[in-house]
Amino acid sequence: MTKEVRQLDRVVIRFAGDSGDGMQLTGDRFTSETAQLGNDISTLPNFPAEIRAPAGTLPGVSSFQVHFANFDILTPGDSPNVLVAMNPAALKANLPDLPRGAEIIANTDEFTKRNLAKVGYADNPLEDGSLSGYTVHPVGLTSMTVKALEDHDISKKDAERAKNMFALGLLSWMYARPYESTLEFLERKFASRPALAAANIVAFKAGWNFGETTEDFAVRYEVKPAKMPPGNYRNITGNTALALGLVAAGVRSRLPVFLGAYPITPASDILHELSKHKKFGVTTMQAEDEIAAIGATLGASYGGALGVTTTSGPGVALKGETISLAVALELPLVIVDVQRAGPSTGMPTKTEQADLNMALFGRHGEAPVAVVAPCSPSDCFHAAIEAARIALTYRTPVILLSDGYIANGSEPWRLPEVSDLPDLRVEFATGPNTDDGQFLPYLRDPVTMARPWAIPGTPGLEHRIGGLEKADKTGDISYDPTNHDFMVRTRAARIEAIEVPDLEVDDPSGEASVLVLGWGSTYGPIGAACRALRARGIDIAQAHLRHLSPMPKNTGEVLRRYERVVIPEMNLGQLANVIRARYVVDAIRYNQVRGLPFTAAELETMLEEVVKNA
Amino acid sequence: MPELQGASPPERLPTARNRPAAGAGGNGVSAAASGRALAMKDFKSDQEVRWCPGCGDYAILAAVQSFMPELNIPRERIVFVSGIGCSSRFPYYMNTYGMHSIHGRAPAIATGLSVTRPDLSVWIVTGDGDALSIGGNHLIHALRRNVNVKILLFNNKIYGLTKGQYSPTSELGKITKSTPVGSADSPFNPISLALGAEATFVARTMDTDRKHLQSVLRSAASHEGSAFIEIYQNCNIFNDGAFDTLKEPATRDDYMIRLEHGRPITFGADNQFAVIHPSGGFGLRVVPTAEADPGEIVVHDETVAEPAYAFALSRLPGDDLRNTPIGVFRKVARNSYDTLVREQLATAKSKLSGDPEAELAALLGAGDTWTIL
Repeated sequence: MTKEVRQLDRVVIRFAGDSGDGMQLTGDRFTSETAQLGNDISTLPNFPAEIRAPAGTLPGVSSFQVHFANFDILTPGDSPNVLVAMNPAALKANLPDLPRGAEIIANTDEFTKRNLAKVGYADNPLEDGSLSGYTVHPVGLTSMTVKALEDHDISKKDAERAKNMFALGLLSWMYARPYESTLEFLERKFASRPALAAANIVAFKAGWNFGETTEDFAVRYEVKPAKMPPGNYRNITGNTALALGLVAAGVRSRLPVFLGAYPITPASDILHELSKHKKFGVTTMQAEDEIAAIGATLGASYGGALGVTTTSGPGVALKGETISLAVALELPLVIVDVQRAGPSTGMPTKTEQADLNMALFGRHGEAPVAVVAPCSPSDCFHAAIEAARIALTYRTPVILLSDGYIANGSEPWRLPEVSDLPDLRVEFATGPNTDDGQFLPYLRDPVTMARPWAIPGTPGLEHRIGGLEKADKTGDISYDPTNHDFMVRTRAARIEAIEVPDLEVDDPSGEASVLVLGWGSTYGPIGAACRALRARGIDIAQAHLRHLSPMPKNTGEVLRRYERVVIPEMNLGQLANVIRARYVVDAIRYNQVRGLPFTAAELETMLEEVVKNA
Repeated sequence: MPELQGASPPERLPTARNRPAAGAGGNGVSAAASGRALAMKDFKSDQEVRWCPGCGDYAILAAVQSFMPELNIPRERIVFVSGIGCSSRFPYYMNTYGMHSIHGRAPAIATGLSVTRPDLSVWIVTGDGDALSIGGNHLIHALRRNVNVKILLFNNKIYGLTKGQYSPTSELGKITKSTPVGSADSPFNPISLALGAEATFVARTMDTDRKHLQSVLRSAASHEGSAFIEIYQNCNIFNDGAFDTLKEPATRDDYMIRLEHGRPITFGADNQFAVIHPSGGFGLRVVPTAEADPGEIVVHDETVAEPAYAFALSRLPGDDLRNTPIGVFRKVARNSYDTLVREQLATAKSKLSGDPEAELAALLGAGDTWTIL
């Protein structure tokens, strides 16, 4: 039967089910197929901290949202056009995000009395008319999968588990996705259990064929490839990109990379990824705690390695004392904070950008460090290299502020040419640095203000360093008041002196009176909101801070060019406070701490209001 | 950015592991190679030593400085890492590389240094508060991993630098500034603790017995992996005389057990005490030598694989320090963490087919990729 094919420019699909239903995998595969087709993509995984919350309950719902389009997109989409609900809990948890008219594909097999009761549905919403504003496709995903696999020599449980592949097959048919890579993936994944590989492939195909034959799905959709710059692409999450950026920094600096880490959500994937790349001279150490992780890292830096420690907010809190030591020792050190919702344990799998204050100020004494924040999943690669550049060039701790949203989210990444990446080679001290043949460990480079990196093993440069205040130049212990004042000011000045690119402004018309300033992962939603406003003829300027410490030298000048500055943040105004204090600019705060990224729509509404009142 | 020159990655440095002086040879670059043999004075830094007059730390510093030439390792390959406390000032006084770090964290910092720099001889100087209180976690994990570091724990059973609070090795009921009616916490036995973590080298020595202290250092230096050395050290300001019974000529021979590998464990001015392993008991016991069957007297063997034997030795002392063993309790061979990590790295690196930049490009382009023309 021939079905109608409708062209769309963009689609947002959300796969939702129990945390054991394989929704992350399903979303990943759909994303990969979509990438192969050449659409632009942005994804948002959303899952509970519990590995297996009680089945069928609201806290156990795990989802994966993918936004794909025939143009370049900046966010995973505000609201899904299609919701795949594997059970009543998935429907109930996600329905509030669904606009009227959206399609719902519901696994009817799971809409049992018991499962409905678990989430407080008195009646079956698929039948009671409460979903009349939506297009509902009731599909027996589990039963059809089991039926398709009845000739297979696998357990009933394994057959039921393949229902996510049935769903993927159906969605792949609906959106005309190329599926070869998924079949290959299944062969690989179940290489040691060929019966399961075969069953999952059959389930996938059954889902595809069901779409093709059933009358319930009368329309097929196509989203044509996006026009993207020529090059080789892959889809990448922020955590993977960040890890690869660190490997690249090791290669480009020709230094061994040492990663000290303690497992913590949502940063552990960086440790996992880096532990696979030993052949590049990457040593990973899973330390006994966060403090040991950064301690070992600092020890490795002292010995001449590119030292990196990865963690989330609670870990940074524990590492503060060692960061402070690294400030005093003036050694290179990269601290990656993949932020999550706090305080305390907070919501470990949910995003937030509330560690800016801690990164900038969260240490005893005057302990300034450099702070860099990536703005998207693929930007994590370049931000990691930038953090390494600053650490190595200026011999300073650098905090890299990623967050859960871009860490787990993904987007297409145009592969860089390795030779285009910055040259990070460093020069260790090899001999005396004074005219009279002495070695002074705290004599500074006149340009970078960095002290020599004199690693143990270098003959003639034996010296002692430590956390006690040091005399200028000699590094000897000093309690001299004037020296301390000088050293405190010098440590501050040398961070301020770090060369960072100017703040760029995106103000296409040049007529905007309102500037929206962001940092970190809000780049996507802010950019999407600005585009939407401009499409409606409303002028607005956007600037995004990649360097939070030091800030670009032109920051104040840029801010003062506009009548109003708005700063949306997933915290209570941490950047806004800094901007007000440093530049005396009366910035408008727009804050949200829901553990979720901003939607472009809410920012659009808010910004329109600001523009109107400007 | 300044012009940066290509640097020698540390990996390219020659490798020489800490080896004892005798027959060091091998791939070690001897001090003599750099002109002349090193002497004690070469290990004294230009910094004025600032411990309280009469502090036991002076004796330990002198013993270590005069032992160092024996290592036959050039000064630049030796690193002392310390935490915080009186003992932790030690690196400033050694003319080697050194880092005075953070309270309790020296084992963590030294681990990262040691594992990435197999060419270095890494020493940790710590105290009872630094190692056993704030840094207890790092100590036990360094020991269980068997990181190739030599740990000198100066135990004076008191907090000196903060002016006299009780420490995790102070005896129960200790009256100090922070415990005016006596402490309510039971102390750690550092040797038992190290053995509980299955440390591969565990020893105890005394600040004032230079000959013994150096014999223990010598044995530790030849050990691959963590060497844990507890040094009883007198704090003459806040806990003076804590080890007097082990030092006074009148008592020391009767109180102290000198462990010697391969020798029956007897002690006392007239060898009147012996350590036996009574049948039916878990531990060891001290009995008059005259009452012991010569066959049941324990012959000390530091290489016993099962830590229970050394642990039993560590339990012998009473509250008055009677029956305190000194010497090497345990010295067993086990791969160091460093070695295992380096081996993994070397195996992986052997798979690096050629130019790292080309391999990096291959890594970046791995997995599902697509091309846009």
